[in-house]
Amino acid sequence: MTSTFLPSADKQPGPDVDLPPPAKGTGRARARRRVLHWLTAVGFQVPALALFIVLVLLPILFALYAAFFRWGGFGMPSDYIGADNFTRLFDDPVFLGDLWRCFVLVALTLVLQLPFALALAVALNQRIRGRAVYRMLFFAPYVLSEAITGVLFSMIFAPDDGLADRILGGIGLDGLGGEWFADPSMVMATLFLVMTWKYFGFHMMLYLAGLQSIPRELTEAALIDGAGPWQRFRNVTLPLLAPTLRISVFLAVIGSIQLFDLVWVVTQGGPDHHSETMAVTMFQYGFKRYQVGYASAISVVMFGISLVFALAYQRFVLRRDLEGATTTMRGDGT
Amino acid sequence: MSRKTLRNLPLHVILVAVGAVMAVPLLYALLSGFKSTDQLSRNPVGLPTPWVTGNYTGILGSGDFWRLLGNSTLIAVATCVIVVAVSALSAFSFARFAFRGRELLFTLFTMGLMFPFAVAALPLFLLLRSMGLLDNPLGVILPQAAFGLPMTIIILRQFFRQIPGELEEAATLDGCGPLGFFWRVLLPMARPALGTVSVLAVVTSWNNFFLPLLVFTDSTWWTLPIGVQQFQGQYSADYARVFAYLVLAMIPALAFYSVAERQLVGGLTAGATKG
Repeated sequence: MTSTFLPSADKQPGPDVDLPPPAKGTGRARARRRVLHWLTAVGFQVPALALFIVLVLLPILFALYAAFFRWGGFGMPSDYIGADNFTRLFDDPVFLGDLWRCFVLVALTLVLQLPFALALAVALNQRIRGRAVYRMLFFAPYVLSEAITGVLFSMIFAPDDGLADRILGGIGLDGLGGEWFADPSMVMATLFLVMTWKYFGFHMMLYLAGLQSIPRELTEAALIDGAGPWQRFRNVTLPLLAPTLRISVFLAVIGSIQLFDLVWVVTQGGPDHHSETMAVTMFQYGFKRYQVGYASAISVVMFGISLVFALAYQRFVLRRDLEGATTTMRGDGT
Repeated sequence: MSRKTLRNLPLHVILVAVGAVMAVPLLYALLSGFKSTDQLSRNPVGLPTPWVTGNYTGILGSGDFWRLLGNSTLIAVATCVIVVAVSALSAFSFARFAFRGRELLFTLFTMGLMFPFAVAALPLFLLLRSMGLLDNPLGVILPQAAFGLPMTIIILRQFFRQIPGELEEAATLDGCGPLGFFWRVLLPMARPALGTVSVLAVVTSWNNFFLPLLVFTDSTWWTLPIGVQQFQGQYSADYARVFAYLVLAMIPALAFYSVAERQLVGGLTAGATKG
């Protein structure tokens, strides 16, 4: 229960209340104390609020505004063109491709990466030799910068000379090797492989923390009732792990929407846009071609997708779980 | 072999295989850094013969690497100090005061969790440009701190709420004002939580790539992630040297992880387990 500070004027232990405590004295003194109390509480918020408004909210609102202009990024936007940027956006095959690739990444993550992470979490939740080492090793790539990971794997997947092709060649599977990041049909799969290498350990850690919070008595009770391992997992563990799973899915989706660093370092969206993401397209238009209005429209669509997803997720799935969840300011951070 | 080990054999095989996939890229980079590029193309997977230390010593001997390391450190520490200080004040107010507008304000901050940084990147860049903060470390430090607020506030608020109200009453009786209670009682008690959020802030800043890429147009303030990308561009033909650079750039993060594993994992999983 939250306790509250009394207005500093009367030094008296306060009860747990949700509104400023009733003060004694005349009406005017009471009103003054209330204002003082409010000012104290809000005063502590001022630095955080100032930073947040100036550097987070204002930029987002400004993107919302600039998206309706044809604008090169210098001076104030003045060439109002209504929703033209958006109509152009949804005619742009590259951007439509971005949406499709984002969807594919999310789907692959949900179907392959997260179940893989869950399986390993369950495995490492048992008493098994070396589990501390495995845990540490699987999580380690998460602490590396996406930029560093990207450069590392661009060299490992270098055609012919890279480690991947050498190993495949060495065991007589030359046919499986290839151009990796340089091959339009393989680039997304290779990126997904790298993302899994880097991020599955993070989700595994979330699941492990969730698994450890499940009381042992519950699975033991199920065991006594004659439930087999699969039934115990399906009917006891999984439902109790649901809040953790929901947060993990949420973070994976938000991460896919804003994917930038890895792609930028490895392929810059190539070959021929086949690995481009929304953030990369935005960067290309905003910082390389100086079509800032158009790039802002991309930002707005990303914002809209995140917002709709977050609200829908919170409404239908997440409820109050998010409180206390962490999102990464992820490599690019923030 | 005991029966238990035998029964777990398939599991062990899987774990070893996954472990190998995780470790091999890192080990490969480490070993390749000890080869010359010529040796690397003749002998890609074996141990170096002879062990060439020139790649590593060459990078460590040039001032560039150390400057980038210093930049990364300065920016990470400054971000951490600002975001933790500002968030602690805010979380204190959320956790221990009841005031009109509290829920609204808290919702505003939690909404920050949901938005990708990339959404704000472009206008943020324009804002920083108009404020003259390009090529200035503050241009990275302040936005990083701002985007770190939601998570830091949420974790600290959670922790501050758990501190019993009796302590606060006692402090108030002893004549402590809100600020005195915050400074002398709450902060010292919240040391574990402060450690957790600090580690998160440092790691996030350390790995940030997008923002330094936008803000630092010349190399004075480059951080390690930018340096790695640039180095690969510069020495694209000299594989072994790039590997050495990669390894040296990874070491601080991995070392930090091995020291602060508990805080890092604790912070990332905080709340994800709540029913």
